[in-house]
Amino acid sequence: MTAIRPPVVQVSGCRKTYGSLVALDEVSFDVVDGEIFGLIGPNGAGKTTTMECVEGLRRPDRGTIAVLGMDPFRDVYALQQRIGVQLQQAQLQKRITVWEAVDFWASLYRRPASDGRRLLDQLGLAEKRNAWFMTLSGGQKQRLFIALALINDPDVVFLDELTTGLDPQARRAIWDLVRDIRSRGKTVFLTTHLMEEAERLCDRVAIMEHGRIIDIDTPDRLVARHCPERTIVVTTEDAGAEQRFRELPQAQSVTRHGARLTIEGRGDDLVAAVIDCVSANRIRVSDFRTLMPNLEDVFLRLTGHSIRD
Amino acid sequence: MLRGLVKLTWLEIKIFLREPMGAVGTIVIPVAVFVGLGRVAGRTLSPGTLSDPSTSFGASSVWVRIILPVFAALLIALSAVVSLVTIISIYREGGILKRLRATPLRPATILTAHVVVKLLFTAATLALLVLAGKRYYPSGVNVSVWSATVALLISTWSVLSLGFIIASLVPTARFAQPIAAAIFYPMVALSGLFVPLASLPPGLRAVARLLPLTYAVSLLKGIWEGEPWFAHAGDVAALAVVFAVCVAISSKVFRWE
Repeated sequence: MTAIRPPVVQVSGCRKTYGSLVALDEVSFDVVDGEIFGLIGPNGAGKTTTMECVEGLRRPDRGTIAVLGMDPFRDVYALQQRIGVQLQQAQLQKRITVWEAVDFWASLYRRPASDGRRLLDQLGLAEKRNAWFMTLSGGQKQRLFIALALINDPDVVFLDELTTGLDPQARRAIWDLVRDIRSRGKTVFLTTHLMEEAERLCDRVAIMEHGRIIDIDTPDRLVARHCPERTIVVTTEDAGAEQRFRELPQAQSVTRHGARLTIEGRGDDLVAAVIDCVSANRIRVSDFRTLMPNLEDVFLRLTGHSIRD
Repeated sequence: MLRGLVKLTWLEIKIFLREPMGAVGTIVIPVAVFVGLGRVAGRTLSPGTLSDPSTSFGASSVWVRIILPVFAALLIALSAVVSLVTIISIYREGGILKRLRATPLRPATILTAHVVVKLLFTAATLALLVLAGKRYYPSGVNVSVWSATVALLISTWSVLSLGFIIASLVPTARFAQPIAAAIFYPMVALSGLFVPLASLPPGLRAVARLLPLTYAVSLLKGIWEGEPWFAHAGDVAALAVVFAVCVAISSKVFRWE
């Protein structure tokens, strides 16, 4: 699938140090055309440094980077015509209006810019076009930054911690916008420390910690590879059920809390085996739940600590 | 990139005028103070005594005719510097510079836009000042608005370039103003405006000769007194050198964040 598409971002062997602090350590990865690629990890893992190296804002001490076949430092002005950037903790002038910002940004690019008015419509900012930047809510500011990142109809869009500080509703709205960008054939490269965001949005993720990339794959495959455990919770009054489940070869343990049985095992087979067992023995269940590990668990497994620590 | 420069300059003018104290602080207050002083002085001093340097009124007339306008002009230049340093450090601290950097805009365009804005406001203030001066100040002040404006623009441009270095380095807006003030107010004291250069101790005199404000004062005073431009070619050259050196240094040390 993704392998046959050409990479639009190629990073290989990048290293960056600040004094004795190693910010990036042998970072290598590709972002392929048309995907949403996420760099995930805790704050301070090196996500922003990596992204800013790719954008040409920082220069790695070692290693090579190509974006759309260009060198982000040597060809910085040519590259900036073709990429869109949203930076973490960026601001605009307090008293610039939404429209002035969009109009000014549009004037900076050679390429026939996207229609600013339509962009504001799509991002739900049409009513705010004459509002000063300082009066916008957090979500509105982020949507404006997305508009500015899209104004030159870029081939690759970089989004750094896009939804940090937003409430869940605004966050979901932004996720829809990002999927929209992909559906228009663009490549999205984002960073996040929110595992839910990565899981829902990204086609592929790279897990980063202490300046290194630990693993890269689709969220599903990362979970399957690193956290094959499955947990099934069954609620039943059937007295014989516990013994039946224990007899399943896939089940590693069965524990009971009142009428609730918790079955733990490995692999996708476990779920099928438990369903077969329930049906073959006509066990009357009032509840049946499968608990799947997620990226959060993968991160915990790979690093030994939670991403929130 | 010219289009970007024109657009950014126009944008920054509009944004500056939206600041609660923007236009009032830069234009209205200096002109009001100048006019106020002029009215007071004009009432105290009759036109006859002004032109006669032998009287004590004559001595104070030099103060009114020359020193006060030049001092006012310097304050306008310095307020432009402080304001430039402050705005660049606010932009840096707030991540605005960083956001602008991730566009095809070049750093020189951003700095130039801000300098042009400051110069435009400086020119506007000065023009008003000279016009007000003609109305309220006693006769004997006969300065070409153009010459005075050009002299002030050259001075401001050069002094602003010192501001670039500070603006390029100062980490936060909170430090920007005191640092700018600490550098510029001693420069005013040594500029030869209040104490003639010749009466300074040799050490201080040497320092004064290195400071751009000294040449700015010499130029402004001369033009204000009606001296010809060629008499001040040296001052203009010195100010140009200061500008070139400062721009070269600040483009090396400029920090985006």
